[in-house]
Amino acid sequence: MSHRLSGNEAIAYAMKQIDPDVMGAFPITPSTEIPEYFAQYVANGEVNTEYVAVESEHSSMSVCIAAQAAGARAVCATSSCGLALMYELLYVAASCRLPISLVCVNRALSGPININHDYSDSMGGRDSGWIQIYAENNQEAYDNFIMAMPIGEHPNVRLPVMTCMDGFITSHAVENIELLETDVVRRFIGEYNPEHYLLKRENPLAVGPYDLSPYYMEHKVMQAEAMKAAKVRILEVAAKFEKISGRCYGLFEEYRMEDAELALVLMGSTAGTAKAAVDKLREDGVKAGLVKTRVFRPFPGQELARALAGTRAVAVMDKSEGFSANGGPLFAETRSALYDLKERPYLIDIVYGLGGRDVKVEDIEKVFGRLADIAVTGEIGPLYTHMGQRSKGGDR
Amino acid sequence: MVTNDMVEIRWHGRGGQGAKMACMLLADVAGLEGKFVQGFPEYGPERMGAPITAYNRISEKRCTIHSNIYYPDYVVVVDESLLDSVDVTGGLKEDGAIIINTPYSPQEMRIRLPGWAGKVCTVDARRISEEILGSNFPNIPMLGAVVQVSGVLDTERFLADIEESFENKFASRPQLIQGNMATLKKSLEEVQIG
Repeated sequence: MSHRLSGNEAIAYAMKQIDPDVMGAFPITPSTEIPEYFAQYVANGEVNTEYVAVESEHSSMSVCIAAQAAGARAVCATSSCGLALMYELLYVAASCRLPISLVCVNRALSGPININHDYSDSMGGRDSGWIQIYAENNQEAYDNFIMAMPIGEHPNVRLPVMTCMDGFITSHAVENIELLETDVVRRFIGEYNPEHYLLKRENPLAVGPYDLSPYYMEHKVMQAEAMKAAKVRILEVAAKFEKISGRCYGLFEEYRMEDAELALVLMGSTAGTAKAAVDKLREDGVKAGLVKTRVFRPFPGQELARALAGTRAVAVMDKSEGFSANGGPLFAETRSALYDLKERPYLIDIVYGLGGRDVKVEDIEKVFGRLADIAVTGEIGPLYTHMGQRSKGGDR
Repeated sequence: MVTNDMVEIRWHGRGGQGAKMACMLLADVAGLEGKFVQGFPEYGPERMGAPITAYNRISEKRCTIHSNIYYPDYVVVVDESLLDSVDVTGGLKEDGAIIINTPYSPQEMRIRLPGWAGKVCTVDARRISEEILGSNFPNIPMLGAVVQVSGVLDTERFLADIEESFENKFASRPQLIQGNMATLKKSLEEVQIG
């Protein structure tokens, strides 16, 4: 059914359709509307969810961990400093192999305090063992959230899933959306029947006890194997999802990449803006294309290398700084992925849009302009720059 | 009327006046009528009275661009006092129009828009709202004015569809529906195009 919803409304509606057992609820801009809208569904008796209003994000994730460990399905939503306050628990959830579903409405981290969009929050959690899937718009946020449980709960995976969308740009923008029927969503998600859980009478177990070095490493390897298995599972779930929705998802989206010589690697709503730039350049005969990273954890390194193998110059666009002094996190992954190619494209990193600084079609065209120069001269110039930076040395 | 594939509208208001709500309603109704839509706010410091901006894109194809709007076809000024502090006509297309909430005529307002030679439209949204609703909610009459001036939606169909949208929005306060419908109709009639 066709509708018009903001990203936050779409996620709250997906949660209503799923009717999870427990929600750990604590507000933070720009994710606040999700527990707000969901609270109305609870109050109206439209869901059976145990809505646990807590005093912090540390507690909302703790509630989710406890509930999921007890054999229930738990969800929550947060942003920015809220995710940072969950940091310790993110690792607990992942290492206890609890397939919790979290929506991260991405927002810059303090300081200075800022409510607008970048990926500094979820990038901070990239090594926590959570699957991370990013959305370009409200439709993808809705679709990704519906796919989260079938991915995370699979016995080969058993990992928590973070569905990410751009704060305000996606969360607060009303756009057209195609919603699935609730019974279709319920059938797709299915019942949650974990093999082991805290309250299983026949086989009670402890969750999260002390782990000594003779076992700790084996547990970490199992976690790492689960993350590899997640890549396969994500594609299986996407194929099933296409059957119920007609919408096709991969590990990333290749846009006009067939014969592309100049390409971008980027994620989220900027990919949509960049598609308009690619279309414009293609009209002028420029062989431009882009790869939109959808699944960041697990990172599809080999697949990305194949997608970029035919290009001459590539710009990775990072919407978080990372402070590595060597480029942003998406750049680090992409550059590493390209290492095994026999012939590698020239590669630069552009950090952009921090704290919600707007990015226009013309900004993307300028990046392609620089790639065209690099492809001709073979000179990449500075490896990593900040787009639109006003002080000396920036704005390339 | 601008006849591009896509109509872009920029709203200027002050926090608390409902510019964002009007922007969202326009997106909802245009979407209901089969258009592809975007309605989104730009947040600065959130407080009552601070200048806010909101944006609409309405098109026949899905628009993937997610930047703010720099070259709008129409600008809606929900608070006349913003003319002194915000460059409201910045980037406004020459064949577009600016629509201002003011008791003055388009001719009188043109003097306050140096550098703008295009259409100036005015409507006394404050008076309309105060006469019908008993208080100053200028956003809904301004929505009526922009629909009338832009022709982006058929006005008769718009009125029928927005009534349905109001019925959802004001489900718990149905007494607001008729008043808001009346402010819309009054604004459609009264907006002056100059």
